[in-house]
Amino acid sequence: MRNLQLSLNQTQKVRLQKALEKLESVSSKSNPNSCVTVADNIPIYEDGILKGHGTSDRKGELVATVCGVVERINKLIYVRSLRARYKPETGDIVIGRVIEVAQKRWKLEINFTQDAVLMLSSMNLPDGIQRRRTAVDELNMRSIFTENDLVCAEVRSSQGDGSLQLQARNQKYGKLERGQLLTVDPYLVKRRKQHFHHLEQYGIDLIIGCNGFIWVGEHIDARDKMLVDQVNDSEQPITKSDQNSMDLDEQDETCTLLETRQNICRIANAIRVLSMLGFNITLEVILETVNLSNSLTLDIHEMLGSEFYVLVAESEAERRILSKRKR
Amino acid sequence: MEYVSPEGLRLDGRRPTEMRQLRAEIGAVAKADGSAVFEMGNTKVIAAVYGPREVQNWSQQMSDQALVRCEYSMANFSTGDRMRKPKGDRRSTEISLVIRQTMEACILTHLLPRSQIDIFVQVLQADGGTRSACINAATLALADAGIPMRDLVTSCSSGCLNRTPLLDLNYVEDSAGGPDVTVGILPTLDKVTLLQMDAKLPTDAFEDVMQLAIEGCKAIANYIKEVLQENTKQLECRRGL
Repeated sequence: MRNLQLSLNQTQKVRLQKALEKLESVSSKSNPNSCVTVADNIPIYEDGILKGHGTSDRKGELVATVCGVVERINKLIYVRSLRARYKPETGDIVIGRVIEVAQKRWKLEINFTQDAVLMLSSMNLPDGIQRRRTAVDELNMRSIFTENDLVCAEVRSSQGDGSLQLQARNQKYGKLERGQLLTVDPYLVKRRKQHFHHLEQYGIDLIIGCNGFIWVGEHIDARDKMLVDQVNDSEQPITKSDQNSMDLDEQDETCTLLETRQNICRIANAIRVLSMLGFNITLEVILETVNLSNSLTLDIHEMLGSEFYVLVAESEAERRILSKRKR
Repeated sequence: MEYVSPEGLRLDGRRPTEMRQLRAEIGAVAKADGSAVFEMGNTKVIAAVYGPREVQNWSQQMSDQALVRCEYSMANFSTGDRMRKPKGDRRSTEISLVIRQTMEACILTHLLPRSQIDIFVQVLQADGGTRSACINAATLALADAGIPMRDLVTSCSSGCLNRTPLLDLNYVEDSAGGPDVTVGILPTLDKVTLLQMDAKLPTDAFEDVMQLAIEGCKAIANYIKEVLQENTKQLECRRGL
């Protein structure tokens, strides 16, 4: 059993236990006994099945090769593994860290079995013009992303040899700055229509990458600053005083307000708590956790105390029971 | 010395075919992809699995299968006398190799081409049978990391002292100089992946000792399955819909 490394007192222990039992009772009714471990037999109820990931054939019997949950879709039977590395699908939004700048490409660590590749040609140039990439562009690659930069991108395709190609052909993709990255288990993130969230009340951008990398950062309005620059260029040369005022503006922009920083930390801590408890991470649950901490007027650091873990577990149990009743 | 008393009890009070108490815990290392602590009586081992990940040494990359690496070490405080051992001594190199080969036999490496899996095992308390405990811990950690495997590998040791086959030797029995057979099996496939023996053993006695070790392996397999099942169930129900 995966235990929480928390120092709980006796009452907290009992409460947490109770909340977890409630969660178990809610979910056990929906899918009884579909959990398998390595080398378990998977019962087959019909002929002509298709065996999917996580299964193998042994003398006519279907056995699991990973621990997880058996999923049956029409004739396809596969095992959805829980704690495993990220399995990419085309179109997923992922966040990665640049670990290498190579010829015409960046290598990104995205919690996959290999490093993902972001080609220079599959990314919008900062000037926004569509053209062939020249040798000069290649030399200037470090001005776009350097090592250890965080990049948000989309999965383009996975090659036959298992390597992964990314693309960033949109203004919403690109370098991430002024915020923090959290890593959670990828099975806690569900694929959805929307992975970019702008939380207006906090002034924060939240990107929930499918690979379990979550970005919480200050909201940046439009990333087409370059367009504005172009307009300036076309006008008459800027005078000295103008430049000075621009510098001040830029300084203002680069400095994040204290309140925003606190909001970033609060949301990040909410995600930490949820991932430690192993709950599904969605925008609604994160906001609910943040609201819970706000309503209790907890300090940001107190969110990582054991009491808050218990409270979150209890409220999550309540929430799931309620949503179950509605259905 | 008398290792089995006339009443049929061993030095630590077990029956000859009795195993020490097992305890397993999944998820001991937070940053690892998979990890486990496995205890057999006083022997305690921690295992961590990293990967499948990008191959670190480019020249070792294989285009058709994964590279499996293993590192075994003993904590300085694991034995009675606190010895500072050099990192690459012969004993630990040998055990690393044994564990690597055993685990490689069960991992479906062809599903993870151009990647590398690192297994780190460390003995926290040594009381005989560290080899088997390491293999059991590594199996649990690999299963926790979600790495596809043919079967679980479990391992158990047995020996023969005072002409009695003994299951799961502890340190005192191990250092008595009698034969010590370490067996690793794939329990549902009924295949042997590891068989090691120190000292000599008559052929007829070997059959009994080996059989006893296999029984032990199966008992451990049942326990490990239970732990994994419980863990999977818990993760799934906590995750919710």
